[in-house]
Amino acid sequence: MTTLEKTTDEVLSLAATHFKVPREQLSPSDDFFKKLGINSLQALDLLTRLEQHFHIELPDYELQGVSDFRTLAERIQSRL
Amino acid sequence: MKSFAGKTLSWRTTEGAIELTLDRAPCNEIGTATLGELEKFAEALESLAADSHALIISSARGEGFCAGADLRELYRGLQDLRAAERLAGVRDFLERIHAVMNAIDAAPLTTIAAVHGVTFGGGFELALACDLIVADKMARFCFPELRLGLIPGFGGIPRLRRDLGNAVVRDLLLTGRSIHATKAQSVGLVSQVTGEGDALRVARATAVQLGKFDRETSVAAKRFIKPIPREELRREIDIFCELFMRPAVEAGLRKFVESTDALPYLP
Repeated sequence: MTTLEKTTDEVLSLAATHFKVPREQLSPSDDFFKKLGINSLQALDLLTRLEQHFHIELPDYELQGVSDFRTLAERIQSRL
Repeated sequence: MKSFAGKTLSWRTTEGAIELTLDRAPCNEIGTATLGELEKFAEALESLAADSHALIISSARGEGFCAGADLRELYRGLQDLRAAERLAGVRDFLERIHAVMNAIDAAPLTTIAAVHGVTFGGGFELALACDLIVADKMARFCFPELRLGLIPGFGGIPRLRRDLGNAVVRDLLLTGRSIHATKAQSVGLVSQVTGEGDALRVARATAVQLGKFDRETSVAAKRFIKPIPREELRREIDIFCELFMRPAVEAGLRKFVESTDALPYLP
């Protein structure tokens, strides 16, 4: 079974790769909007990539108020 | 006009296919400028269709196909108007965009929306007017109108209801959630899902295939299987206008326009 730790790590790796940020510069508590320098449209892009990577559906309203990688990973974990 | 290059879109005909390309920053929001050029296109469509077998609609904007109505322009336009003028202005805009959508919907050739990225609200409705939707795997579809206290106003509900089961329509409409291309294909909305950046290429390849068929037969088949839900489209305009006059709508528009929320596109 996938653990939250592994899910968080995969979220960070995917974000780092796609938005071209060194993986070692990202941590679970980071605000992904600020750290990745992304806007709302790019956040949707990230959401789509995460849904495809984890083979889940994650309604975007579940992301309201979520801005850190750890909480994002928790939302994903609850759908696995 | 065989080809046109405007401020918000352009079109040209190549190998029997008309290619209409939306190109207005940031994400092809449909305001009066885009509407005016879409009307030009609808007017030219009849003569263009005489020499073409397919129409492909796509976007030149990296952000997506189209983010829907230009809410900022709509909100600004409301500020100096009295209630009766607001209602007349909105109804006029809806009548005009419906005429464009109906012309595309009923066009005597096969129409393909090649979509990527954000395909929201009026952009989703434009895609729904087409016969086929070819979607980049990164495309997202959404009807976010309820958060503004409105329903989709460019023909979305009747056309979605024509194509999909009512439960799917309710899900998209009442939750306002966005869905990705694979989900959209699984519910029957999308014809083909492509790799990233490949939707237009696949749409062109599809158009070539369509060109092998007898045109008259294709048009007859389309008219048989794809009736225009005219009565529901009329009702949609009426309901939209009724809802539009409520104070909650202006408050919703103001919230969107003035928002510093990092996710204003999320319902």
